[in-house]
Amino acid sequence: MTALLQHPGYDEEKLRRVAEQLPCREVQAGLLLSLMGEPQQYSYPSIFIYGHRASGKSHVLHVLLKELELHHATVSCVECVSVALLFEQVLLSFFGCDAASLLPRSPSLSDFVRIYRQQPVTMETSSHQTVVLNPVVEDNVTVILLSEIVWDKFRPNTGCFEPLLLHFPDYSKGELQQILSQDRHPSYSAEFYSSYINILLGVFYSVCRDLRELRHLAALNFSKFCEPLEEGKVKETDTHKLWRNIEPHLKKAMQTVYLREVSSLQWEQMQLMEEKEAGALRGLSAHTHVELPFYSKFLLIAAYLASYNPARTDKRFFLKHHGKIRKTNFLKKNEKTSNHLLGPKPFPLDRLLAIFYSVVDSRVAPTASIFSQISSLVTLQLLTQVSHDDQLDAPKYKCAVSLDFICAISRTVNFDIVKYLYDFL
Amino acid sequence: MSKRKVKDVHRPIGECITQVQQILRERFCHQQLPDRPEGLEAQYKHLLELLRRSAIQGESNSVLIVGPRGAGKTMLLQCVLRDLLQEKEAQKNLLQVHLNGLLQTDDRIALKEITRQLNLENVVGDKVFGSFAENLAFLLEALKKGDRSSSRPVLFVLDEFDLFAHHKNQTLLYNLFDVSQSAQTPVAVVGVTCRLDVLELLEKRVKSRFSHRQIHLLSSFGFSEYLQTVRTQLSLPDDFTDRGFAQDWNSSIQTLCEDKSVEEALQRHFNSSKDFRSLHMLLMLCLSRVSVSKPSIKPADLLDASRLCLCDAKANMLHGLSILELCLIIAMKHLNDVYEGEPFNLQMVHNEFKKFLQRKSNSMYNFEQPVVMKAFEHLQQLELIRPVDGSSAKTQREFQLMRLMLDHSQIMEALQKYPQCPTDVKQWAMSAFG
Repeated sequence: MTALLQHPGYDEEKLRRVAEQLPCREVQAGLLLSLMGEPQQYSYPSIFIYGHRASGKSHVLHVLLKELELHHATVSCVECVSVALLFEQVLLSFFGCDAASLLPRSPSLSDFVRIYRQQPVTMETSSHQTVVLNPVVEDNVTVILLSEIVWDKFRPNTGCFEPLLLHFPDYSKGELQQILSQDRHPSYSAEFYSSYINILLGVFYSVCRDLRELRHLAALNFSKFCEPLEEGKVKETDTHKLWRNIEPHLKKAMQTVYLREVSSLQWEQMQLMEEKEAGALRGLSAHTHVELPFYSKFLLIAAYLASYNPARTDKRFFLKHHGKIRKTNFLKKNEKTSNHLLGPKPFPLDRLLAIFYSVVDSRVAPTASIFSQISSLVTLQLLTQVSHDDQLDAPKYKCAVSLDFICAISRTVNFDIVKYLYDFL
Repeated sequence: MSKRKVKDVHRPIGECITQVQQILRERFCHQQLPDRPEGLEAQYKHLLELLRRSAIQGESNSVLIVGPRGAGKTMLLQCVLRDLLQEKEAQKNLLQVHLNGLLQTDDRIALKEITRQLNLENVVGDKVFGSFAENLAFLLEALKKGDRSSSRPVLFVLDEFDLFAHHKNQTLLYNLFDVSQSAQTPVAVVGVTCRLDVLELLEKRVKSRFSHRQIHLLSSFGFSEYLQTVRTQLSLPDDFTDRGFAQDWNSSIQTLCEDKSVEEALQRHFNSSKDFRSLHMLLMLCLSRVSVSKPSIKPADLLDASRLCLCDAKANMLHGLSILELCLIIAMKHLNDVYEGEPFNLQMVHNEFKKFLQRKSNSMYNFEQPVVMKAFEHLQQLELIRPVDGSSAKTQREFQLMRLMLDHSQIMEALQKYPQCPTDVKQWAMSAFG
């Protein structure tokens, strides 16, 4: 490996160790190092590093600062919900707990700078996603900001000290392959593992390029990949058979584990079971979770129809003897006005009940049990209440389920909902 | 007297480079003060005269230094203070209080800071004052020395002056200007701000007590002066240890500045911003490439640095998106074209994407709705699309209206640079409608 990291102020050995821990990121590490300069020299006061998730920003910085033993404080702004926490963490990392205890109860930036100035000089600080502090201290301090969002969104409106912008580019497919192949299983050969990574990338690369997610998926599915090998059915070099075995499995993973519909534990357990026993993996948003009573199902169907059909078409669908609906040019279906694209519309309770009575075959009395079922549907978040809580006489609702869900429900009651939907006429 | 030729000291190249880095970094990163501020002679004289009158003759004054960011306001003030304090009388008498609008966000905090900087914490002790004015009067009274009839002059420097104008009732400003108008104590108030309309921010009573004296720093130099500045900023001083090396370096800087491509790059920078800070950023990037193996700055370095400074951040982020996310962005662009910028939601975008898949594509797979939803949410996280302000709590995620924060040209440019972009996706992007 070419030693791209060279710098007069730092030990060769340390730099080599740094380079080993940062595959495919030598250029960026080199750039950072050359900007920071030797330990006793001044570096640019403010640097903004941006790039996608898992593109190595914090990793590179952390490795550099730790290995080269530069004095630093790392702050995560997601953790520090108030500025007091931010100040405390910085002072603690730099100067120890004595300085941190000097902060008054609700410290202002003024107190922080005062205490900071009282302490002896230090080197670097790095923080995630914070608005620029614009350090007024004259010491050799660099504030390094790491973020996924570009600097243009953070700039305050009267301007500020502009930081040096550094971009960490995403990994290319080849680089991802190289990095992922590094955590190979010791009992299998490197080529075997890289062919596995190749197949994994082939399925997932067009959807996701996040290194962390890919590593997680690779770790989860490797045992399934090795299964035919262990059972003796194929040899290591039979890539085609291995591919045929793993590909449907990976496709299923995309619909479940990738979306976090099932937890990784459930996934691993499912892999251990035989294929016939596994059956359908129940995800979080699966339909089979919810078992509704008979009238609730019809109420839900009626709500869906009320939400997605315009009110003037009710006559056509639900009355026995309806007049003709004149289809003018205006009514010609334009994609944009398809209600399934715009979302559900609110409807009053009366309309819901009217549609409900016409949809349910048997005669239903308007008892309290019907109304209480409506409120339980709201609690289940299958319906949402649009009107204010105070309005008791004419509440309005919206239907919050998707087309697939309602089709599954209506199939269980033998109701053909698609016939009643205006968009599918 | 024997004439002895001073031997030229030759240091090893490593040491020379280290020293060059040290000197230049101090200039760019540490905002080292020059001997005289360039191009600002009139302003320098004016400010020096004013502060001298305050410090030595006990006159009360107030002045505002106004100029865009990076024009050299703080540098001017620091130079003036440094030169003023070289006079013995000023150094003996003048007390300084430095306040910053970003740090002292409240008048109460500002008062505590003033007390601390004047070293009057013991004197104040636990006293409770009725109003701000009382407190300030007490502080200034306490500065009166025992044997003198007049008290020492105090210089108040207020950085980010416009932020002080946002405090409640502008009490600090009112009181400071009040003291500077009445004959109690010699007080000089110097405000530094980047807003040209700062006087509009002041209340009527505050504005009337202000002397309306403003010093403007409106970087009125041209491109040739800018080039000259670049040359002087990069050149080594005469007292460099290795004279031979310094001469070689300075002549290489001269040739650098005469290069045509470098001049063009600097012209681009000059046209976008004239201030020194962005110049320092550019030169810092060039300097970071100087090493033992490459001991001078070449034109290529400056061009690379210029490209780094002027690159489009969003285009860089677009480069790293997955192909599904890129297709979603192209679908959004088509929706924007057809419906002239009206907001869209996920369902519409997915519909558009499905139309493309049916018609033209053989490289993209028909992904499930949740997978498309996850890609859409990733784009939202990167703030490439933003929800339209509205009742976002009540609508489902798929139907929440969003706007695209990218420009037409940005998307097309990103597509050109996107690695291994399938041709049918590219053609879909180029086609006008659908």
